[in-house]
Amino acid sequence: MHDAPSPSELIAAVKSFIDDAAAPQLTGHAAFHARVASNVLATLLRELEQRPAAESAEAAGLRAILDTDMNASVDAMNRNLCARIRGGEMDAATPGLFAHLKTTTIAQLSIDQPNYSGLKAALSTPA
Amino acid sequence: MFRAIVAKMGSNDQIERALESWARRDFGDTARIADLKRLSGGASQETWAFEVVDGGATHRLILRRAPGGESVARSSEAITLRTESALLACADMAGVPVPGVLGVFEPGSDVGEAFIMHRIAGETLGRKILRDDAYKAARPVLAKQCGEALAGIHAVELDTLPDLPRSDGADQIKKYETIYRTFDLPRPVFELAFAWLKANEPAPQPPVLVHGDFRLGNLIVDEQGLASVLDWELAHIGDPREDIAWICVNSWRFGQIAHRVGGFGDLDELLAAYAAAGGTRFDPREIDWWETMGSLKWGIMCMIMYEAFRSGGDPSVERAAIGRRVSETEIDLLNLLEKAI
Repeated sequence: MHDAPSPSELIAAVKSFIDDAAAPQLTGHAAFHARVASNVLATLLRELEQRPAAESAEAAGLRAILDTDMNASVDAMNRNLCARIRGGEMDAATPGLFAHLKTTTIAQLSIDQPNYSGLKAALSTPA
Repeated sequence: MFRAIVAKMGSNDQIERALESWARRDFGDTARIADLKRLSGGASQETWAFEVVDGGATHRLILRRAPGGESVARSSEAITLRTESALLACADMAGVPVPGVLGVFEPGSDVGEAFIMHRIAGETLGRKILRDDAYKAARPVLAKQCGEALAGIHAVELDTLPDLPRSDGADQIKKYETIYRTFDLPRPVFELAFAWLKANEPAPQPPVLVHGDFRLGNLIVDEQGLASVLDWELAHIGDPREDIAWICVNSWRFGQIAHRVGGFGDLDELLAAYAAAGGTRFDPREIDWWETMGSLKWGIMCMIMYEAFRSGGDPSVERAAIGRRVSETEIDLLNLLEKAI
């Protein structure tokens, strides 16, 4: 299999089409949705670039807090963490927990909404 | 498509005729309707702008109407239009700046369930209010005016009000936790926030009329400041700190994070004006719990909007994209919890 063009190149091409060709011809609700669609593609480009590393860091953080086996999926570990917080077994005072959630949320938001004011505030206070 | 257009035209004509016969009763035989148009926004209730031209005078008005003229509540806690018009009258009596109500139509009338109010000039878009030069003089006085308006809302005598839902802090934790759990999309930050809110719930305040959605977007601001308080659909009986904290939630500061009140003002100013206008004297720390509740609530509301996409109910890209805004509230919750613990 080939990847020329790569997924990122294809997404960038569609984004350029929306921004440069389609959106200027639209008005009202359709113009608004074109802007949203363009932002979604920008999110996807960041996701492709940043998610693999961010998710392995998240997995390592979860393994350290939960002390689970190496093969547990991120989803299973997050469910486990949720259950333990809900059950009162873990809270913000649990060593490493708050810092892990902050690091993970910063990574998520860097993909989802990198210009959000709360992200800059979080980055100004170390996890 | 063609049928939909015909149906829409029919509805326009029908509304215009109904408005005209109303206008002739209230403004005289020569009154006519001009510039009737549906405004965007307001998915749950229709909002129409129109003018009554009466000889030389032009009255700029708004029609709020149940979709298709039939009452369908947006959700179990959204109030009906009839209740909303009664609330506007109560708020008006209490000195809160609200649009005056001119007429109320009962379900089954020729326009359906609806009411007519004055159209207030000014801006509702948060980013424009926070940035445009036109609102340069308004911004420094807005926190004080919001404090006074909230004190007025919270002072309305409960026995003068129409029947409203009751919802305090514990009720809201329960309600939003139930919704969150039905999605089966576990988020550890939300679990932490729920646990913290439950462990730190403040003693309740005597119940008052709560607006329920008091923030930029639902306030009309003109060059002098607060001109009108809109969107009373989420009004209920509850804790006064809920309203004060909701306008502080970072999602409603539109990027101006340094100004805790709506991105334009400081909480001390709002609280001082609130107390001077007869409200309870609150300490800023008493607002923290409700601001945390507010961020969590907005995060779950974003999940509800994404769920409309996930369930196939609304396939729009906008509903899909809003799911990627939940993490905004997660970082706000962590920033709030970091200060609190």
